[in-house]
Amino acid sequence: MKSQNRLMFGLAILVIAGLALGAMQCPTPPAPTTVPPVATTAPPAATTAPPTATMVPPTATAVHYGDIVWLSTQLRPVAEAEKVRTVILAGFPGRVEFIPEDEGPFHDRIAAEVKAGKGKVDVLGALHGNFSTMAPAGQLQDLTALRASLKDRGIPEAFWKLAQLNTDKTYYVPWMQATYILAINKKALPYLPAGADVNALTYDQLAAWARNIKEQTGSAKLGFPAGEKGLLHRFFQGSLVPGFSGGVVTTFASDDAAVGWKWLVDVWPYVNPQSTTYNFMQEPLLAEEVWIGWDHVARLKDAFGQKPDDFIAAPGPAGPKGRAFMPVIAGLAIPKSCNNQAGAEALIKYLTEPQTQLTTLREVAFYPFVSVTYPPDMPAGIKMMGEAVGQQAAAKDALPALLPQGLGGKGGDFNKVFWDSFKRIVLNKEDIRKVLNEQKVILQDIMNETQAPCWAPDPDSGGQPCQVK
Amino acid sequence: MNARRWQSLTPYLLLLPSAVFLLVFFAYPMAEAFVLAFRAENGEWTLKFFQQMISDVAFAPALQTTLVLIVILIPVQFVVALTMALLVQARLRGSSLFLYIYAIPLGISELAAGIVWFAIFTERGYLNTLLTGLGLLAEPFIFLSYERQGWLLLAVVLAEVWRATSIIMVILVSGLQGIPHEYLEAADVFGATLWDKVWRVILPLLRPSLQVALILRTILAFQVFAVAMAVAGTGITLLAAEAYRWYWSYRNPNVAAAYAALIMALSITSTVLYLWGLRTRSEELAL
Repeated sequence: MKSQNRLMFGLAILVIAGLALGAMQCPTPPAPTTVPPVATTAPPAATTAPPTATMVPPTATAVHYGDIVWLSTQLRPVAEAEKVRTVILAGFPGRVEFIPEDEGPFHDRIAAEVKAGKGKVDVLGALHGNFSTMAPAGQLQDLTALRASLKDRGIPEAFWKLAQLNTDKTYYVPWMQATYILAINKKALPYLPAGADVNALTYDQLAAWARNIKEQTGSAKLGFPAGEKGLLHRFFQGSLVPGFSGGVVTTFASDDAAVGWKWLVDVWPYVNPQSTTYNFMQEPLLAEEVWIGWDHVARLKDAFGQKPDDFIAAPGPAGPKGRAFMPVIAGLAIPKSCNNQAGAEALIKYLTEPQTQLTTLREVAFYPFVSVTYPPDMPAGIKMMGEAVGQQAAAKDALPALLPQGLGGKGGDFNKVFWDSFKRIVLNKEDIRKVLNEQKVILQDIMNETQAPCWAPDPDSGGQPCQVK
Repeated sequence: MNARRWQSLTPYLLLLPSAVFLLVFFAYPMAEAFVLAFRAENGEWTLKFFQQMISDVAFAPALQTTLVLIVILIPVQFVVALTMALLVQARLRGSSLFLYIYAIPLGISELAAGIVWFAIFTERGYLNTLLTGLGLLAEPFIFLSYERQGWLLLAVVLAEVWRATSIIMVILVSGLQGIPHEYLEAADVFGATLWDKVWRVILPLLRPSLQVALILRTILAFQVFAVAMAVAGTGITLLAAEAYRWYWSYRNPNVAAAYAALIMALSITSTVLYLWGLRTRSEELAL
């Protein structure tokens, strides 16, 4: 049929035209008139004068920042990513594509885009450790101007200083923080050893507590996130090894560290053996398979959210060398290959506004750096965890153990050293000294290959690769 | 151009798009991935990735668990599938409905099947709740403990049997339909029991379908890993799970490719064994 042929022809033309139109993207957003003249793609060279107070668009008509691509290693779990897209970004005047990415591909992608000189990603969300490799590689813009415009936010100077990564330029904006704490079901409190303060436990007291529960109830109710996606390696890197030995890499194979591993072997009979299936401790806590759980605050949030009256939050335990804990510092940065400069800066400003920070806290349990006043409608569980986070950081014997830095793509191998040590020492019950001696060789290889200097609490190695003693 | 020559080329021309697709999207990436196992980033050819794979702590347990899983899984699935296929073939009332219900788990992913069986076996899961509710257990039994490797393996086997037996069953059903009724009637006339009929008439005639089904299922079974991760976490490990970990967690594509090459070698070996062991001998073709 001739008319049918014509119809199909016309349809095909329409489809092709539609595809072609869709492929053409809006190159730049309508430039808001009140934004200072910052170059769109070239890295801002020596912007000396800080922008004036006309930064905030005073016009009543909303400025739309167009399309912005936000690549992030944080808030990767599906539930958290959805909260970002539907709740946290809801008030932002722009179309933000939030892309959660694993660390490896994240680094690969930005390296490729910066090397090519052009890319799609406008804003980066990642941890301090990620940025500490990207800045020396020349992948991040200097955000000194942006920092000046955020002076009123109340972000502590100490964290701005960290964001300078030992240089005089500011490479990221501190965005949110998290840490690891203990979540305790109130049913466990009667078994607390005499004289122990639940807010200032030592490792020995924790072990005695777990033993009391096992002996008196018959069930092992201590739990660790030893599952496939569990963060157990952070327990070793942030709490166990530094708490017993005072360091992470330098003291990895020391006798003090061996004492720490022995503690874990001795306490393991009182740990729920199904721990090897736990990825998020909130699930076994809610199911009461576990009464005392150690995990990241974001992975305990649901337990405190659903049953705030059943749980209390407490700082992690203290070892002979101090109450070691791992502060997770997440920041926002702009890559040199950014497409939409104005939009990127606007997004960072939006995300660090107190209102957005409170929403972030409520939705994904990451705590603000900016000074906020907790509104009365903040969920009780979030407030409880916030108090434990604060107590841990302010404890007299607090020993911050930072996240591994400078490891780039070898972060996974670094974690594997601790996972393999755990599996061999605790699960397979191999000799502790033998395992540590074998694993320390692998650890040293990683440090040599990545040339990563030591980080707190290890003493500064002056830029040299960290050495395992 | 000679019209007849064009005509004889037609089948090949029709095959050409699929062949090109397979070459570009399967054969070429597969070759690249295979080469990754032998070639380092700087271009040198080396066996160090295989050495790294073999000397890794998790290699021996992964290999052992994978082989044990295959040895248990395939016979169990074969027996269950054959039973189901014979039941369907007997055309009892409601057998087509039964076929559809039995094939439903095939539509869900490996990971979802693992999560379902995790919910059954976990400490506060359905099985423990049922057993403690009935009074058979005083307190929940921890099935999924890393200390109880047997239970972990059983849970994985159950999840896989539940999910994937229908593949074999569907192939066997179609194979059964190719067996002429006369043979079974003749067997009845000769007074064969059900067992005799199955062992002496049905199975030999089913050999081509069996071969196909078993090759398919064994190759897929070597690739099982999401089920084990969902059910057992880090309690057990399989070859494909290690390949996943080396690529995603440890960011080492070369060792991951070495694991993949090993899985491919095992799959090829088992395929060759099936092809040889289940080949249709010439005398059996005289129908």
